[in-house]
Parts: sequence; structure tokens; C-alpha cells
Amino acid sequence: MNKLKNLNKFTLTNIQSYGIVLLAFIIIFPLQKAGMLSNQISGLLVPTCTYVVMAISLSLTVGFLGELSLGHAGFMSVGAFSGVVCAACLQNSIASDPLRLLIAIIVGGLFAGVAGLVIGIPVIRLRGDYLAIVTLAFGEIIKNIMNCLYVGFDKNGIHFSMTSAEALGLIDAKPILNGPNGAQAITKISTFTSGIILIVVALFIVLNLVNSKTGRAVTAIRDNRIAAESVGIGVTKYKLTAFIISAVIAGMAGALYAMNFSTIKPTKFDFNTSILILVFVVLGGMKNIPGVMIATIVLYAMPELLRGFANYRMLIYAIILILVMLATNSSGAKQFFEKISSKIKKGENTDVQNGGVSNG
Amino acid sequence: MRKFTKLTCLVLAVTVLAVCLVGCGNQTGSSSNAGSADAIKIGGIGPITGAAAIYGQAVRNGAQIAVDEINAKGDMKFELRFEDDENDAEKAVNAYNTLKDWGMQVSLGTVTTQPCVAVSSEVDADGIFALTPSASSTDVIEGKDNMFQMCFTDPNQGVASAKYISTQNLGDKIAVIYNNSDAYSTGIYQKFQSEADKLGLNIVCVKTFTDDSANDFTAQLNEIKAADADLVFLPIYYTPASLILAQADKMQYAPKFFGVDGMDGILTLENFDVSLAEGVMLLTPFTADATDESTKKFVETYKSKHGEVPNQFAADGYDCVMAIYEACKKQGITADMKAGEIGTKLVECFTSEDFKIDGLTGLGMTWEKTGEVSKEPKGMVINNGAYVGMD
Amino acid sequence: MTFLSNLINGISLGSVYAIIALGYTMVYGIAKMLNFAHGDVIMVGAYISFCATTYLNLPPVVSVVLAMIVCTVLGVLIEGLAYKPLRKATSLAVLITAIGVSYFLQNVALLIWGSNPKTFSSIIRLGSVSLFDNKLIITTESIVTVLACIVIMIALTMFTKKSKMGKAMRAVSEDKDAAELMGINVNVTISVTFAIGSALAAIAGVLLCSAYPVLQPTTGSMPGIKAFTAAVFGGIGSIPGAMLGGILLGIIEIFSKSYISTQLADAIVFAVLIIVLLVKPTGILGKKITEKV
Repeated sequence: MNKLKNLNKFTLTNIQSYGIVLLAFIIIFPLQKAGMLSNQISGLLVPTCTYVVMAISLSLTVGFLGELSLGHAGFMSVGAFSGVVCAACLQNSIASDPLRLLIAIIVGGLFAGVAGLVIGIPVIRLRGDYLAIVTLAFGEIIKNIMNCLYVGFDKNGIHFSMTSAEALGLIDAKPILNGPNGAQAITKISTFTSGIILIVVALFIVLNLVNSKTGRAVTAIRDNRIAAESVGIGVTKYKLTAFIISAVIAGMAGALYAMNFSTIKPTKFDFNTSILILVFVVLGGMKNIPGVMIATIVLYAMPELLRGFANYRMLIYAIILILVMLATNSSGAKQFFEKISSKIKKGENTDVQNGGVSNG
Repeated sequence: MRKFTKLTCLVLAVTVLAVCLVGCGNQTGSSSNAGSADAIKIGGIGPITGAAAIYGQAVRNGAQIAVDEINAKGDMKFELRFEDDENDAEKAVNAYNTLKDWGMQVSLGTVTTQPCVAVSSEVDADGIFALTPSASSTDVIEGKDNMFQMCFTDPNQGVASAKYISTQNLGDKIAVIYNNSDAYSTGIYQKFQSEADKLGLNIVCVKTFTDDSANDFTAQLNEIKAADADLVFLPIYYTPASLILAQADKMQYAPKFFGVDGMDGILTLENFDVSLAEGVMLLTPFTADATDESTKKFVETYKSKHGEVPNQFAADGYDCVMAIYEACKKQGITADMKAGEIGTKLVECFTSEDFKIDGLTGLGMTWEKTGEVSKEPKGMVINNGAYVGMD
Repeated sequence: MTFLSNLINGISLGSVYAIIALGYTMVYGIAKMLNFAHGDVIMVGAYISFCATTYLNLPPVVSVVLAMIVCTVLGVLIEGLAYKPLRKATSLAVLITAIGVSYFLQNVALLIWGSNPKTFSSIIRLGSVSLFDNKLIITTESIVTVLACIVIMIALTMFTKKSKMGKAMRAVSEDKDAAELMGINVNVTISVTFAIGSALAAIAGVLLCSAYPVLQPTTGSMPGIKAFTAAVFGGIGSIPGAMLGGILLGIIEIFSKSYISTQLADAIVFAVLIIVLLVKPTGILGKKITEKV
């Protein structure tokens, strides 16, 4: 019986994860096509997809690898800006929007992957809070460098500069990335459908990785590194693989995100954004992918739904965050909920017996 | 563990449901209170929370005063709804969509530059007329027919500052400190630099800072002092500027300081030692201690309502609503018109040559076809804790 | 001379980081949690002191004491309401709660004191010391900050080494369960740690705002993150480490601004941190972790 349960656990997660995505798509897509969604909700669709992908990606690092990363927005940044540059360069040579988006997302993922490799090599050596602080540091470094990066594209090809837009020496063209102003004139090509496809791709990669040999090695490392090492698991290799894959997915999400707005700037991808995604992952239950997806959707939508409160909006958000954390994690609350659930079960029984009394 | 996850989901779901109900209830509540079918709906967006909250709150308060005044007159009814964007492009677009659902007919764009670039392309696609109080980059208006500005553009300010320094012969050795994580500051600096090169100004030292390191300027000031600069150009907001002034004073370094419109507000900083700002020059369209009737009245109303002296953002917000009001009156716009129709009519009005507005931030303001405002910046110098005209 | 001047500025900026880092490191060492709300407690402390001097016209010293009292109460309240129920939960759950508390404090401050920045009048009302014909100027704020930092560090070290409560803290930090078995009340010990950490935050807030006199609801967040970096830099959990880390961080920040690039200063500071951690993975004065299977 237990064996059966274990076997089914992976399939169950798979069904749940893909089911949520499919359900969301089936419900929302026709409504959107029919124009029945409010502007508010249709505007939230692509960002929500992006954050879901980001959360899935971070869940791989925090949940499965067991390492706290405080700089995940850095990979998103790398993906976003390289994707934007790529899309802008291909603007005239590739007419099809979806194809251009696809290439931009892949390029974004690749660049983020390279960043993941560069960062991963030193980071993986460290442990615990020290690893966390180094990821934070890398996130800040990426933000700072992006702030000084100028990129332009004209008939002579791509130009780079770290000083100013003038130094690019562009002929008849505006810079694509303009230092602290970021990218200013992005052609918006991200769609809800592309967002859903990216979620499915991310899910496919992560869920299969987790169930693969690499995934089991990673889990072993997380639960007991020394024991894992002693049975011949190459810790660095597996950790690095998982870290890079996580970075690639984050980069793809970044490219999708950037292409949904006409402008993005480097300071968007700061410590606060990293923390925001971390909150989604922790509240969703770390390695519980369906939970992480639901938590992301709910928590991302919440500040928007709280708009009616004007000045008190973020205050209420903070209170809800604290209360949810307390309700789900504190030992007292857990007992309380268990008591209630057992009472409800009991109540059902007693209700049958004296149902008439309560009605009367 | 399973139970635990389920519990998490349950709690989350319940909270969201509760939030939805409360949120919706609140929204319908507020619109039924103030909502009248005959009011023209104006939507504003800006940072109400977070580090830039001061700018958004000032614009909201200023615009609300204008709306109240108009409604008191009785010939036309306006309704203002102001949404928070936390100075973030993504949140600004979300706020814009929320306002569209509410039925916004005229937009005040957004308060800060980068979110406004994002919103302006939405505005352009929807054909809604927008007049931003303070988003000053040219990227905001470029290529958009129905996007207008109430403030000077960044290049305009950079060029004007360079010219002013050159014609008034204010400094032989000029230094600059700007915020290189901020679009507004970087934009002004870049134009200032290229104009200064043309005019042959001698720039000896250029230093930067970022929002993350906007506390300590001793390193920058040390360099500038070593370069022996006699004029320091500060194209930045007044909060970091006040720190620069204080730290320069402690170093016993006293060059001339020259600011732009972001410097306005430094005298209204609570508890600020105004003697530090003695002799600081700035280009600004609005001064709270101007003696004309409309400014006096506005400052008084603002003080009595919010307990503080309004800065230029508040004045910009007020002017925006007033300009929209004048244009609506002229074009005979009524609340039952569609947003697109109003948009076309307002654009026509704003670009027509005889449309002139006398506001708090300038007299005889007109607008170019590009959306840029044309008004003269006033050169001001701080003398005994008050602005005095420089010419 | 510029070099010396930069060095002094670096030490003075660094000692502000160091005082904040001391609070971080105390709480981390004993409660094993990253208290991201620490920076915001600093902000509250500064606001209290500001209100006391500006609105109530109290003398500066009284305002500091008042700020310490309010912050201590606040710290104990936060600990009791938000962190205590999570004693048995994962460290990440506590981290997220701390972030929630940080958002909460910032937004409450925004509602109470408004978004308009306030100018903090320095509690040290003395002039600067000038040497070598005004070529080298040392502000009294930096002297006081450095002195305060050293005094606090020594006092904390003595306290944890000699006093009964301090010994209890060290015991809890080593092994919570064993400490409990030895008759130490773990909950009380952790509460006292928070009380001390928050009182330190109040002092840090006043000194931070005396040196950099702008006060707004987000004042504490960036120095908070930098001080956290400093604490890790010096070896988190170690009291002299926090002090060393803070001062080094300040010096590196000022030097990279002066001699390398103001544009990339933040990146350089963090790059140095990474290099240090690669060479000494537990920080400069951190304890070596021995691993058991």
C-alpha cells in the first residue's frame, strides 16, 4: 500500500501541476478571446505566467537543492535584457512575432545559463546563509552592471559601451539599452499563450529533472551531503547542474516578462523582486510545485485586489503575509486546525444523529 | 507533510476569498459614494507607497484640490481616482488597466518617468488623452500623439541649465554629481554635458551615486574639492541634495550649487537647516512662496488639508487637472462621451495655437504637437531661506 | 591627505554599518534567524528620537533613551507575536515572516509620519575638528560613532562572556536543547537577545541619522542590507567580526568610490565580499564549521 502511494506520488504531482495550467488555460483563453475579461485581469495574465515560471525555477534551487538564493532576480534581469536586445536586433529580419519571441526567450535563457555557470562555480562551494549572501551579492552586482550597460544596434552591427549612449557611435539608430533608463521602446510580443507554453516547458524540465537520476542525487545531497558524498555522488556536478537549469528557466521568464512591457529598467530586478519570488516559493510549500504555482497566482494578484484600500494596501498585504506564515507554520495553529478538522469530522457524525435539533 | 500543504492551500484560498470580497465591497462602496454619472472620470497613477511615495502623494493631493475647486464651481463635474504604482512600470500598467475598468475618460499619465513610458504606450494604443504632471523624459511623449507633459523635458532642463551657467558666467570649474540609477537625473546630465561641450564650459569632475548608496557623499565631495571646482551642478532630487549640502558644509567646502526642478522642496524639508541652502541656485517652474493670488490660495488650501507646504509635484498635479478642465470647457466635453472621442477632441484643443493656460507652474503655457510643454523655467536663488528671482 | 580623509570617512561610514551589524549578529548568533526587520527597527528608533527632540523639545540624550525604550518594547513585541510561534518551524518560514514584519513597519511609518522626508538634527551639537590647515576635517559625529561602536562591542563581549544571561545566550547559541536541559529558559533568553538587539538598533538609528540626516520610512532598508552583508563579511554570529566587517565594508565602499568608479562602487563592494567568502567561507572571524555525519 505504501509502495503504491510512493509510486503514485510523482504521477500525482505531475497530474496536479499540468492540470492547474491546463485548467487555467481552458477557462481563461476563451474568455480572453471573447473579450469578457476585465482590463485588469487580462493585464495581469502575462506577468502572472512569468512569476509562476520564476517560482518554479526558484523552487528547484530552494526546494529541491535546499539552498537559499536571494539573488534570483539577477538571472531574470540577464534573461530580460539579452532577450530584449536579441528581439530588437531581429526586428527587421524576422517578421513573425512568435518566432522572434521564441528566439529571444531561448537567447535569454542561454545568457542566464552562462551567468548561472559563472555564479554557480563559486557559490556551490559555500553553504547555508553564506551561500545566500553570495547570491544576494551577485544579484546586486548584476543590477549595478546593467545600470552602466549601453547597447545599440545599427547597420554596422551591435555596439557595446559601459560609459554612455554617445560612446556607442550609433548611426541612425537609438540605443536599445540605455544605462539606468533600461530598454525604452520594446515591441510588445509576449502573449498569454506563450506564457502558458513557457510554464509547461518549465514544468516539464523541472518535474522530469526531479524524477531523474540527477534529481534523486540532488535530493540525497540536500538531505545529507556527507552521506551522499560517501556513496559516490559528485556533489558539485549535480548541484551545479540544478543551479544552471534554474538560472536558464529564470532567464526565459525574464525575456517573456520584458517583452510584455514597452519599457524595463535594471533596478526592477533588485533584492525586493528576489524576495517576492522567494515568498511565493516558501508559502507554496518549497518543493510542492502545484502549491508553489497556486501561491504565486494568489499572492501576485493580492496587492491588485487590495487597490480599494489605497494608502493601507501594502500594510494589509504585510499583515496577511505574517498571518498566513503564522497560521501555516506555527505549532499552536497547527494543533488548532487539527482540532477543528477532527471536530468537523466528529460534527458530521453527530449532525446525523441530532440534525433536527440544530434546525429547529 | 501532505496535511500541512493542504492546510497552506486552504489558508491561502480563504484569505484570497476574503480579500476579494472586501476588495470588491470597498470598490463598489467608493464608486457609489462619489460616483455620479455626470462626472468626467480622471485617472491618476503614481507611487503612494514605497520610497518615491512623496511624489505620488503630492500629485494626488494637488489634483484633488483642483477637482474640488472645479466641482465647487458647478459648471462641470470631475471625479478623480488615483492608483498606486510603487514607482514600478509593471504595477503602473496594472493600475492603468484597473482605471480603465473603472471607466477612466482622461488620464493623468503617471507621476514618475519610467512607469510613464510603459503606460504611455498603453495610452497611445487606447486613444485615451493623457497629460502627465511630472514624467519628464522625452521617451514618454516620443511617437505618441495623445500623450502630453506638464513639466519640462529632461533635455530641455539640461540645455537650459548649461546655457544659464554659461551666460551668467557662474563658474570656471564645474563639477557634476548625478544619480546614475535614475532616468531623470541621467537624462538631464547627458544633455547638460553635450551642451556644455558646445558652449565651452569647463567641466572638471563628474561623479555619480545610486539609490543604494545615496547616504554617503564624502568620497564624491572629496574628489570635487580636490579638483577645486567652484560650481557644483546637481541634477538630482532634493532629498540626496540636502545630504550633499550638509556634508559639504561639514567638510567646510562651499562652492556654488546649481540645481534643477527636482531641487525644489529643499526648503520645505521638515527641520532642515535652511542656512545650508543659502546661495543655492535652481531652475524651477514653481515656488511655494510666490506672491500671486492663485499660488497663495493653492498653498493655503494645501496646508490646511495636508498640513505641509506643497512642492512642485503638487502644483503640477493641480495644473494638469485645471488644464484638462479648460480644454473640456472649450471643446464642450460632457461626461457621457467615450474616452476615445474625448481623446481626439482634447488633442485637437491642446495642439491648437490659441490654447494657452495660466497655471501655478507657468504663465501662458502652450503645447507642441509632440506633447512637450513650452514655458520658461525661472532661475531662482535661495536667499535668507526663501527663493528670490535670479535675473 | 585625500587618502587620509577618505580613510576617516570610510571608518565613520563603516562604524555606522558596524553598529547595525552588531544587532544582526547578536540575533543571528542566538536565535539562528536572519532578522530582516532589523533595518526597520532602526528607522523606528530614529523617528522616535526625531519626534522627541523636534516636537517635545526633549534633550538629545533623553530622546536616545526614549528611542531605546520604544525599540526594546517593539523588538520584544515583534519577537513574541511573530517569531516565537515559529520557534519549531523552518528557518525560511521565519525569514519570510521577518520580511513581512519589515513591510509592516515601513508601511506603518509611512502612515504615521508621512512620505515627506524629515531632516534629522544631529544629537551631537559640536563642531568639527580640523587638522593641517583645514585640509583634514573630522566631524564629531564620526568620532562619536566610532567610540560608541567600540564601547558597545566591548560591552557586548563582556556581557556574553561574564554575565549569567550572557552565558545562557552562548549556551542557547551552541545547542538549544542541551541548554534547556541545563535549566536555561530558552524563550526568555531569546527575548532578552531581541531586547538588546533592538536597543542597539535604536542607537544605530540615531547615529545613522546624525551622520546622514535624512529620515524617511525606507531609511533603514538599504543600510540594513549592507550591515547584514557586513555581519556575514566578518563572520556572522561573532561580535568582533561584525565590528570588523562593518568598518572594512565602509572603507571598501569609500575607496572604490574614490579610486575606482562611483558608477560601479556597489558592484565592487559585493565583489570583494564574494572573494573574501571564497577564501574564508565563514567570514573573516567566523567559526570553522565542523561537520558530523
